[in-house]
Amino acid sequence: MRAYWKANQLKLAPWLFLTPGMLMFAIYVIMPIFQSVDISLYAWDGLGEKTYVGLDNYKELMDDEAFYKSLENNIIWLVLYMLAIPAGLFVALFLNQTVRGIRIYKSLFFFPFVISQVVVGLVFSWFYDPTNGLMNILLNAIGFDSIAVLADEDYVTYGIIVAGLWPQTAYCMILYLTGLNSVDSEQIEAARLDNAKGWRMLWYIILPQLKPATFIAVVVTVIGALRSFDLISIMTSGGPWGSSRVLAYYMYEQAFSEYGFRMGYGAAIAVVLFLIMMLYIGGFLYKMYRDERGR
Amino acid sequence: MKNKKMLFKKKLAAAILATVFSSSVFAGNLVINSDTSDPAPKKAFEELIADFEAANPDVKVTLNLFDHEGYKTSIRNFLTADAPDIANWYAGNRMLPYVNAGLFEPVDDVWEENGLNKSMASAAAAMTIDGKKWGVPYTYYQWGVYYRKDLFAANDISVPTNWAEFKAAGAKLTAAGITPITIGTKYLWTAAGVFDYLNLRTNGYDFHMALTKGEISWTDERVVKTMMNWKELVDAGFFLENHAAYSWQEALAPMVQGKAAMYIMGNFAVAPLREAGLKADQLGFFQFPEITKGIPMAEDAPTDTLHIPANAKNKVDAKRFLAFVAQADVQTKMNITLGQLPINANSKAGDDEFLQAGFKMLSNTSQVAQFFDRDAPAEMAKAGMEGFQEFMVKPERLDTILKRLEKVRARAYK
Repeated sequence: MRAYWKANQLKLAPWLFLTPGMLMFAIYVIMPIFQSVDISLYAWDGLGEKTYVGLDNYKELMDDEAFYKSLENNIIWLVLYMLAIPAGLFVALFLNQTVRGIRIYKSLFFFPFVISQVVVGLVFSWFYDPTNGLMNILLNAIGFDSIAVLADEDYVTYGIIVAGLWPQTAYCMILYLTGLNSVDSEQIEAARLDNAKGWRMLWYIILPQLKPATFIAVVVTVIGALRSFDLISIMTSGGPWGSSRVLAYYMYEQAFSEYGFRMGYGAAIAVVLFLIMMLYIGGFLYKMYRDERGR
Repeated sequence: MKNKKMLFKKKLAAAILATVFSSSVFAGNLVINSDTSDPAPKKAFEELIADFEAANPDVKVTLNLFDHEGYKTSIRNFLTADAPDIANWYAGNRMLPYVNAGLFEPVDDVWEENGLNKSMASAAAAMTIDGKKWGVPYTYYQWGVYYRKDLFAANDISVPTNWAEFKAAGAKLTAAGITPITIGTKYLWTAAGVFDYLNLRTNGYDFHMALTKGEISWTDERVVKTMMNWKELVDAGFFLENHAAYSWQEALAPMVQGKAAMYIMGNFAVAPLREAGLKADQLGFFQFPEITKGIPMAEDAPTDTLHIPANAKNKVDAKRFLAFVAQADVQTKMNITLGQLPINANSKAGDDEFLQAGFKMLSNTSQVAQFFDRDAPAEMAKAGMEGFQEFMVKPERLDTILKRLEKVRARAYK
């Protein structure tokens, strides 16, 4: 035994350290994935017996308007949420100066990310309120009619995304602010000597150095867009008539909400959502792999 | 294998509980789980339990209060994992999943021994599934039209009793710049109340129940007739603008401010309306008017109930408790605190004018619906209510909406 340990210590030690993490990962991440796939093949209300229905849940999904609406909203979320990155960069550049009290301004700009998403949702619900909301008071003041953003099927998703962008911009800002700290001042000096300024300075000198920050910002923003659940739940509960649902919320509604408890169908939605995320995660892993090899 | 595991877990849990609580456990311990966490229901339950303990000194009751919304999901967990001896829930289709899963205990003997088949005959149908009774009802409340008496008087409107008068009343109100009906459909169910009444009045109770039981197509011309009546109201601007942005509480405001005159609601709307300052000469109630002549006037009156879980530990005392709750005098006292109506025919309703009005209205009918989301199964209810909300904003989509509901019907009643 002892001899075996001595001979293979170097080989065994990493595995020993990895085991707890891998066990946790297997139990809390890998197994639920397979369980979800399994449950998606059944009709089950979470209480009684499960009935095997094969691919029926998926067939139903293919014929479900609510599913396509949720998918469409997911894509709108993914695309528009990306605005948080340039917005965050802009704010970061703006705040990256040394004036009196800049720390206070920085923390004020970071504030929306610190408060809970639930509070953000409530604040924006009041902001959009058709009778007493600030937005409509302003609109009326300049001669426009009130818009009930959260009750209008065409505006509702955009309204919620704007609410989501507020904290997300703050998040990207803080990423860029730390990135800007490590920008090489000698390179800026050199660029100045070569007469670079404004956009060219930003594009050719600053941005390339912020690449790691941009990468993280993209990652957290995509993740943020995919977990838009809480804002939707607080602001509209998916309404009006389901027009602001995204896949995650639709899954919750089908599986766990008051009128749901169709576990199989919910699991089928989860599997589809998982496949979509896999595309993104796959790309992400590929990039990581390439970067590691390049080094 | 699974059962064995469960059994082991249960034994383990029991062993732990026994060692921890051994001092406090004795024969007559009764555990009640309930979601009656609002002030009035909470007080009513506390009084009820105190009275029960006074009448049955050998039983000690433990009440676990849950948050109202959270209860709807917790009940699924505690019925299977850690069942209380009594849980409260709702009548009609709402209890069907638990009955089907074998999680509720039939209580026909309680009904039999206490003569409830006679004294609670009106609620018997709503408590029966597969020929057995699955619980005991303790309260219900009427739905109908709450209105601003002063606004009606100021515009020379008398209480409408039929469809033409109802529409005429609305036209007068709109002309005076008042929204006839306030409603907030953000959480959907309020729209179902309007649908229930329009359908009950257009096609009658039997049709409505058959529809919610899935026996009738949503594209049936009689359903279309109901929706066309609704469309008349929508087109005439009866309903509050932007109603999809408001909850039912937020929709109270226009009525209090005198910007809207009517509210199709349950009796629970009276308390907040009074608190907001409406006086007795301002707030009134009338029965939803007749639409199709000659159809008996059926009503929505959701019933709250108590059940014994199949896994309860102390079923003997639980049945004693149910029998106690069913007593006429107990229901009288409890419902005065609740501000609602007792089920037992020998009970008395509280002195409140709205309770008396509801009591009178409901004593004149044997056709009591539970409410759309309790009569129809969950999936149908959800799709239906979303459809109603969409219809109220985009009435031109009627065909698409009904077709979608028909598709859900084909699935939901398997």
